[in-house]
Formats: sequence, C-alpha cells, structure tokens
Amino acid sequence: MKKSLLGALAVTTMLSPVAAMAQTEVQFWHAFTGRLGELVAAQVEEFNASQSDYVVVQSHKGNYSETLNAGIAAFRAGEQPHILMVFEVGTATMMAAAGAVRPVYEVMAASGADFDQDAYIGAVKGYYTSTEGDMLSLPFNASTPVLWVNRDAMAAAGVDPDMDLSTWQNVDAALTALKAGGEECPLVTAWQSWIHLENFSAYHDVPFASQDNGFSGTDTELMLNGEAQVAHLTAMGQWAQEGKFIYTGRRNEGGANFRAGDCALFTESSAGYAGISSEAEFDFDVRPLPYWEGVGNSPQNTIIGGASLWVMEGHEDEEYKGAGQFLSFLSSSDVQAQWHQDTGYLPITAEASAATKASGFYDENPGTEVAVIQMTANETTANSNGLRLGSFDQIRGIIDEELEGIWAGDKTAQEAMDSAKERGDALLRRFETANR
Amino acid sequence: MEKRVVFRGWWLPALLIAPQVIVSTVFFFYPAGQAIWQSFFIPDPFGLSSRFVGLGNFEFLLSDRFYRASFVTTAVFSILVTLCSMIPALFLAVMADRLIKGSGVYRTMLIWPYAVAPAIAGVLWLFMFNTRVGVVSWYVGNLGYDWNHVLNGGEAMGLVVVASAWGRISYNFLFFFAALQAVPKSVIEAAAIDGARFWKRFWTIVLPLLSPTTFFLLVVNVVYSFFETFGVIHTITAGGPQQSTTVLVYKVFSDGFVGQDLGSSSAQSVILLFVVGLLTIIQFKFVEKRVHY
Repeated sequence: MKKSLLGALAVTTMLSPVAAMAQTEVQFWHAFTGRLGELVAAQVEEFNASQSDYVVVQSHKGNYSETLNAGIAAFRAGEQPHILMVFEVGTATMMAAAGAVRPVYEVMAASGADFDQDAYIGAVKGYYTSTEGDMLSLPFNASTPVLWVNRDAMAAAGVDPDMDLSTWQNVDAALTALKAGGEECPLVTAWQSWIHLENFSAYHDVPFASQDNGFSGTDTELMLNGEAQVAHLTAMGQWAQEGKFIYTGRRNEGGANFRAGDCALFTESSAGYAGISSEAEFDFDVRPLPYWEGVGNSPQNTIIGGASLWVMEGHEDEEYKGAGQFLSFLSSSDVQAQWHQDTGYLPITAEASAATKASGFYDENPGTEVAVIQMTANETTANSNGLRLGSFDQIRGIIDEELEGIWAGDKTAQEAMDSAKERGDALLRRFETANR
Repeated sequence: MEKRVVFRGWWLPALLIAPQVIVSTVFFFYPAGQAIWQSFFIPDPFGLSSRFVGLGNFEFLLSDRFYRASFVTTAVFSILVTLCSMIPALFLAVMADRLIKGSGVYRTMLIWPYAVAPAIAGVLWLFMFNTRVGVVSWYVGNLGYDWNHVLNGGEAMGLVVVASAWGRISYNFLFFFAALQAVPKSVIEAAAIDGARFWKRFWTIVLPLLSPTTFFLLVVNVVYSFFETFGVIHTITAGGPQQSTTVLVYKVFSDGFVGQDLGSSSAQSVILLFVVGLLTIIQFKFVEKRVHY
C-alpha cells in the first residue's frame, strides 16, 4: 500500500525525489491528452504499483510531431527520455537513427522480460519490424480507417440505412441518393492522405511507393500516381464538385461535423470510437472501409496509424531493465484488452483480441470488431505491410496540398498526383542522402 | 576649428557597450553563424552524422518552383499586412488625437490587442471564421456568401492577413499617436488661420512631419510580417490550402521542426536573412530620402 502510494505520488508530481532515490527511474514521453492521457497515466500508475524496483515517470510533450521533436531535441542535448512515443509516420526517421535508438528486441532480451514477437498481430508488427524480422519498437496504439454511418441522416434523406456500403460503387449511389434527399453533407473524411491514398493503396494491393513501400530500402520513389489511386481521387474530386463530398481540413476536423450529426458518412480511424460513441446523439454504424469492386486485389487489408514506443540510447543498464519491464507490462494481454476496449485502438496481440472476444465486448458494442477483421482478414502483401518512407510527415503535407487542388477543382487527379510524386521524390532523395 | 570631447581610456566605453555586444553575440551573431554553417550540410535529425553538400541546399531550394512561388506569396502577404496594420492605425491615431473627452479609455482599448500573443490571436480569428461554428462565416452565409477558407486560397490569405495585422494596429497606433502629439500646435493653427481645412492640413503638414515615424514603422512592420507571423499562419491555415499561405518563414519552421530537415531549414534562414537585409538597405537608401527629420 505504501509503495503504491509512493508510485502514484511519483506519477502525479512527475519528479518525486523520495521515490527516485529508492527506485530506478524510467522517463516516458508521450503525446496523449484528455481521456487517452488519463488512460496512459492509469497504466503507468498500475505498473508502478505492481513492483518496487522501478518507477516510470510519464510526461506529455504535445502532439505527435511535437513529441517526436522534443525527443530529437532532447537527444541532441543529451537529455533524452528512456521511452519515446513516435507516430507511425516517424518510423523511418527512427529506424535510420541507429545510434540514437536501442531496438526493443534487444532491450527485452537484456531485461529478461517475457517477449514473444509472434504474439503480435502481423499487420501491426510488420510496420515496426526490421527486414531481418526483429522488432525495433513496441506497437502501442494502432488504429485503421473504417466507415462511420449516421443512420438517422440516411433515413432522413430517404436512403435505407441498412444498404450495402462495402464498395465505393455502392457508396457512389448512396451519395447521389443522399444529395437528392436533401442531405447537405453526404460524405466527409478525416486524415485524407492516410485514408484515401495510403490505406487505399494497401486495401487494393497496389504499391504506394517502390521498394515495397520503402521496406526494402531508402532508394524508394512514390507510386501514388498509379491508375487505381487516380481513378479513386477523380471520383472523389467529382463528388467534391457536386457537393457530395465536403472537405473540412487536413486533420480530423470533419469529426466535429459528423459527431454533431451534420454529415451522413464519415471515413475516419477506428479510434474515433471513443469520441463518436460519447457525443453522437444519433444512431450510428461502423462499417468496413469501402473498396472499388474489381480494382486491384481488393479488399486486401488496411494498414495502421498510431504510434509505437522507442527506447532511446544513452542510459544505464539498470534503467533499460526497467524500460523492458514496463514495455512487457504494456503488451500483456490484460492491459492490451482493456486498452482496446477503452479506446477503440486495435488489440496488438492475438491474445488480447481473443480475450476481448471471449469477454463478450464485441457483442455488446457492435461494430468494434470491424477494424480488427479488416486488418487481419488476409495475409499481408508487400503492398499492404505498411509504409516506411523518410520525411513522410512533410510528404503528407505535400499530398494534402495537392489533394486540396483536386477538391477545389484546380487540378485533375492525375496532375495533382504527378506533382505530388515529383515533389515527394525530391524529399526522399534528400532523406537518402542524409542517411546514407 | 573643431571642438570634440575625447574620452581617455578604453575600459569604460568597453564596459558600457559590453552588454549590447554580448546580447547581440549570444542571440544574433552566434545563431546566425550556426545557421550559415549548417546550411552547407545535410545532417540527420539526431545530429549523429552530417554530410557536406556545399551549396547543395541552396540549389535544392532555388530549383524548387514551390519555394520560388513562396517568395511571391511572402511579398503579397507582407505588403498586405504592412498596409492593413499601418493605415487603420494612422486613421485611429488621428481620430484619437482629436478627441477631447475620454481619449484615455479609447487609447487603452486600442492598445489591448497588442497584448494578445500571435498564436492566440490566430485561434480567436479562426474561431470566428470557422466554416462550421464561426460567427462571421455564419453571418456571411446568411447573406448568401459561402465562406470556406479551407479550400479558397484568397479567403485564407485574407484571414491570415487580418489576424496578423490586427494586433499590430495597436503597436502602430501607439507610435503614430505619440508622433501626432509632437506636431507643433502653432504650425497647425497658423495653417488653420490661413484657411487650410483639416484634410489639407493633414496632407501638407501632419503627414510630412510624421514621416520619420512612418518610416520607422514601415521597417519594423516589414520585419514583423516576415518573421513573427508564423504563429498565426500555423494555427489558422498551416500554409494551406494548397500553398496559398506558405510564406518563407513558415516554410523554415515546417521544414526544420516538422520535417527535421535542418540543412534546408538553415539554408532558408540564410536566404531570408539576405532578403530582409536587402529590403532594409533599399528602404534606407530610397525611402529614407523622402523622410524629413
């Protein structure tokens, strides 16, 4: 009891000298605020209370980009944390920084914690695993895009809420019917590049970039101007012109519109569950992300978004042991199953998924399983393992700009994607130079 | 016969200028030197290795048509911000100067916006113009105009200009107001007796007498619009839609702190340093000739 109190104290006051003297301290920097921040704090507290050798100190460092930057700046100043949360877009940057990060499989082996790489779901693990099959960072929060349906809005526009929306062909018909039925915002999206290009490519089993989407080397080029992608964006551009697709911004601004009941269909991460289920005052459904029937190898599997935990170099052995213990605790089945059910993030181990299913959670909360099925339905291919591209945060910015050109009707999808490729490739070449 | 006071000894003058020299060195010369040095390299983000590329970073930037386009965007943005912050400020100062009662309250109210940090000002304006819940966008929507700065580049530019200029009006107002107080009353009265109306007096007497202040504010505002507006742009548009509000300094920030491309970011700072230096020289060479002290 006293120990757990001490641990809790250390967490809440961030740096408790009393606890630090007695126990080895492990710094953990993350990007979560609000409900997610509370859940992370609770996990840390639980870990600290469960043992007496180590104390994990968690601190929030801003959004994903800011957290990564804080970690990098701290490393340059020799003040880096032990564990740093890095979003999936920063994966290639971290992998290239061999002297700055210590691979998770090494940390785990040295700490003597239970660690079985095969326990992790393939499509999640693949993103963070080296070409030799070693896990470099620990997947933490992973989500995948799904289609959210406002059933009341569908009914109000005279469209059957139960209609099949599994293909974009059907969605096209639904959008036309919704528009005709007086719906002002038939479709809205969050994270346009992630959903309508990155996941689109994986889902249709077409390449997003050469060299297996960057998994096989840094000499990669974007291939997002392929026939399948351009056809999809052409259709979306057409919808935008006809007022069937409403553009609200580069991030997840559209979530506010959907949660307020202003829009009928919404393509967004499965992790939107927490917000939508608590705010929506209408009947909603979670459906699988639509695909174009007959295009590529669809439906393949979608890929993840979210973050993983990286262990940074430059600390004492004893501290790495603590970090290993903490990571092992985080990936344990109970913690993972709880996390999955609280947040809508994917369970990262097959065991956590099975435990959730056995608990009856999926039956009580219909739709929460959609993302899991969509991710794990097929064996991943070279096109659907994920993406590993340098400077990818900036490349996404370029893609956003070019997509805005399509939505505004200034550019054709082909022109926009050709331009995105040209500009993105220039950044990839710079990344290659910097990390040669 | 020249009379000049000569101070003996070197330590007192050295001591007196030391604080300024130290501050300039620590906060200007050292970082500027670092930026120039780094602009010749492509480093990895963690500072583990660094590759010398000579002028490669500059070549990369100047061959990028989007970077070149950003110069035009910056010019448009800076001119608009400078005009939109100086003209209303001058107008308000002239009006406040004519007030007899309550000028204290009026002045205080006008200075308030200057206390609002750029990023917060950005959020405030964004909230008013938010396409879904914004008061202003709702109102213009009722008038039949569909406000959408998320997709319309012109509207986005207008919004960031207004948000950047807004807080600046206060600053300019202060200087104009002080300068107006310094205009000799006797000159104005003499002109009034000669039959010159208010605007005639303003154009022929007041404005020329304000010219040193106007010139100072012109230089300061151009520098402001170049360097200090990125907080507003970051919160409102993040450079979009497409590239319509990507000004040079925003690109320095996003390439350096989002893209971790410190080589390119440094090269951009160096270019920016030259551009602003050049602009200031031009202003002093050509505009200052028309200033009467």
